[in-house]
Amino acid sequence: MKKELITLNINGDDHEIAVYPWRTLNEVLRDQLHLTGTKLGCGTGDCGACTVLLDGQSVSSCLTLAVEAQGQKITTIEGLALEAAANKDLEKCELDPIQESFIAKGAIQCGFCTPGMIMSTKFLLDHTPKPTEAEIRAGLSGNLCRCTGYNKIVDAIADAAEKISPTK
Amino acid sequence: MSTDHNFSVVGKSLPRSDGRIKAVGAAQYADDIFLPGMLFGKLLRSPVAHARIKSIDTSAAEALPGVKCVITGQDIPKVKYGNWRLVPESQDEYALAIDKVRFIGDEVAAVAALDKDSAEEAIRLIKVEYEELPGAYSVEESLADNAPVIHDEYHQDIPNISLDRKIEYGDLDKAFAEADLVLDDVFTVHATSHAYMEPCSCVAEYDHDGRLTIWTSTQAPYFVQCLLASTLEMRENDIRVIKPFVGGGFGGKMEMRPWEFCAAFIARKLGRPVKFTLTREEELATGRRRHPMRIHSKVGFSKEGMLLAKEFNVHLDGGAYNSMGPTACFLCGNFGAMLYNYPNYRYYGAHVYTNKPPAGAMRGFGAPQALFVAETQMNVAAEKLGIDPVDIRLMNAMETGDEIPGVATISSCGFKESLIKVAEMTNWREKRKNLKPGQGLGLGCYSFISGGVFNWFNTRYNFTSAEVRAFDDGTVHLMTMASDIGQGCDTVLRQILAEELGLKVSDIRLTAADTAVTPQADLGTWGSRVTLMAGNAVRKAAQEIKEELFRMVSLKFDLNVIHDLRCGDGKIYPANRPDRAVPFGEAVRMAQRAKRGEPVIGYGSYTPRNKGLVTPAFSFGAQVAECEVDKETGAVEVKFMTTAHDCGTPINPMSVEGQLEGSVHMGLGYALSEQFIMKEGKTLTTTFLDYKIPCAEDMPPGISVHVDTYEPDGPFGAKEAGEGLVSPTAPAIADAVYAATGYRCMDLPLTPQKVLAGMNKI
Ligand code: FES
Ligand code: FES
Repeated sequence: MKKELITLNINGDDHEIAVYPWRTLNEVLRDQLHLTGTKLGCGTGDCGACTVLLDGQSVSSCLTLAVEAQGQKITTIEGLALEAAANKDLEKCELDPIQESFIAKGAIQCGFCTPGMIMSTKFLLDHTPKPTEAEIRAGLSGNLCRCTGYNKIVDAIADAAEKISPTK
Repeated sequence: MSTDHNFSVVGKSLPRSDGRIKAVGAAQYADDIFLPGMLFGKLLRSPVAHARIKSIDTSAAEALPGVKCVITGQDIPKVKYGNWRLVPESQDEYALAIDKVRFIGDEVAAVAALDKDSAEEAIRLIKVEYEELPGAYSVEESLADNAPVIHDEYHQDIPNISLDRKIEYGDLDKAFAEADLVLDDVFTVHATSHAYMEPCSCVAEYDHDGRLTIWTSTQAPYFVQCLLASTLEMRENDIRVIKPFVGGGFGGKMEMRPWEFCAAFIARKLGRPVKFTLTREEELATGRRRHPMRIHSKVGFSKEGMLLAKEFNVHLDGGAYNSMGPTACFLCGNFGAMLYNYPNYRYYGAHVYTNKPPAGAMRGFGAPQALFVAETQMNVAAEKLGIDPVDIRLMNAMETGDEIPGVATISSCGFKESLIKVAEMTNWREKRKNLKPGQGLGLGCYSFISGGVFNWFNTRYNFTSAEVRAFDDGTVHLMTMASDIGQGCDTVLRQILAEELGLKVSDIRLTAADTAVTPQADLGTWGSRVTLMAGNAVRKAAQEIKEELFRMVSLKFDLNVIHDLRCGDGKIYPANRPDRAVPFGEAVRMAQRAKRGEPVIGYGSYTPRNKGLVTPAFSFGAQVAECEVDKETGAVEVKFMTTAHDCGTPINPMSVEGQLEGSVHMGLGYALSEQFIMKEGKTLTTTFLDYKIPCAEDMPPGISVHVDTYEPDGPFGAKEAGEGLVSPTAPAIADAVYAATGYRCMDLPLTPQKVLAGMNKI
């Protein structure tokens, strides 16, 4: 089988690449483009470490074929920071509120699940700006973390939700 | 006691120093590293559990385009390795099998190719002819008459027992004869996976000047350095191990592993960088795991509830190689006699080979198993003697100053306070009397070590060391081989240093875990050793700096003005004249000038000496689980967890809480949902769909308090936090299930089937 030439829009940049039709988006992001913020924890859709957004929709990049992602806006963890950092220098830039809350609330330990957790949170808060604790936990049900016991992640998400859409 | 201490950085819940780099996706883990010309490696693993290798044909694999190298056991030095260098016979592994394979997953060959697809294809093209041998898949099968001998090349007194350990003190027979209540039970506990989220990975590079560099997902760079040196027949100093960011370890990454050897060997052979990354399936099907054990425990009480004697017989199902089994065998005997004063104690532990993936170190290192048994028997005894489970524990609990004969002295202990606290917080006595059908309340306790004192790795260096370089701009640079694998020691060590030197955490640069530049040595992250041991080394290095700077600063004052110099707020000042402070950087400048340009450097190290046989300091705690059992399905739901624990001074309370919550997660999985389903040595649960670690919705709410103690041997009073707490959860839940159903679990995990069977429903 031959490689196909495709264009992927990732974090606002177009990348023209040749891929086999069976290549996953995760393989392309990590191995071809070296956008390694997106992790690979299982490759079978069970851990959520590979979560990215396709036109705002959260997907497991390990289960998504690269060719399928054509024509959609792909956002990875690197993009989330970039969006917030646009036009500021790195030292001073404020991160996305989700990222800031994860840091401040102790939601990060080893950090391997963190990019996926943050992308799932982005999707959750875009659609459910004021989630209940149960909705937060349900929103994370596809993301495994072995370090934190999730509680501080749940706290961080509630904190970020409050920052993004304050209760009056 | 610690409330008298007025700390400015220690004891503060500072966000971790690597939070930002992780939150933006910029933290590089081993698999994130791409070097020019890098090849991709893949391992061929044995599909059979026990066999002699008759022949290996690699020709088809070598002929595949893109394949650059294929190696088998025949190509590598015949050097065995293992972490227990002190007992060379215990080193029982080759990086690639030479004679036999001993478990499904045993590494047989390795390939390096231009891309992953070719490497995988090449693995499929290697033909191995096996002569299959009968296998032994449990302790019972391995110890049966005529059992296959798994390691036949060296002598074992009892075949398949690779080593054993005995502890004995007191007069057991007399004590049992005098006991009013004797419990005599056999328990079994199961294997579980570390399930760290980052699969193991490494990249090796050879620099044509004789130096090999490896970036690897490890908890112990120094072990990897030493064991790569011996297996590659190189000098230690020619090997540089760098720990990048590591996505969790929990004990599963503290040995040299075959892929590290293969990456290094091939990189040296070809002069090209090589990366190996494991799949999750490889991790779950073949990776290290917690020891399953069969535990026969006999324990005697007086009718008043005093512990009189305990006989503790443990068979560890070690799998095919020793791995960290010897340490688990050693520690299990100690944990069997912890928490309470056992005046008469006898332990026999045996590490048994089976044809299964080797068990290794995993969070708790023998404690979750030993304490599941000890705590369950404590609960049984309380019921039989008609004493409240809290009271029977208070009667027997260890206290500060207690001695375990010949083993350890308890230098700080908040166990009784922890018991009293959890009882208060849960309204234990009342609530237990008013349980509704299907509800249960259960208690479990723990004690754990703060690092080991026993030098099984046979290091010739101190156990930890640190170097601190001071700069005249008022900053310092800390160099340490201590390894942050997610637990947060990079932040904690900076806090300790900042406290000692009166600086801010942001004034401290840190370079860690690079064997070429950080001081020799540090044994790594395991056994909850880092805060206490590396923390002490950091403090000593800082004290050297202080001494030098104080000498300089005192030149500025009349002898009769200064009594006592202090560091604080980035300055050095006489305690009685804080207005005459000298900025830290200026003091450094003075010292440098006085030495005609030599930098100000402090060095510190720590090795526990005269600290008994186990550890310099023990942590303690108690936990209550509230559960509900669905009597139709047997499903156990944990409704609330209450914990009180004593970790000495928490250097970073938020970080301690995070460890505690992570421990509850792992303890919950151990008790209820995580298990390997095995069939004749084959692991069937090889995805996270089948191997179920708790997700966010499975976690019960909970509350925890910290009991105030001050550990004299720890930095600023700190000791272990976050490993011991994995132990009390399973016995607490099992006890609650008993209260709810009348089923007393002596065989983990507590699956719905077992609960139903225990209630005679199936
Ligand atoms: S790596 Fe995609 S879900 Fe685990
Ligand atoms: S922080 Fe380590 S897996 Fe979540």
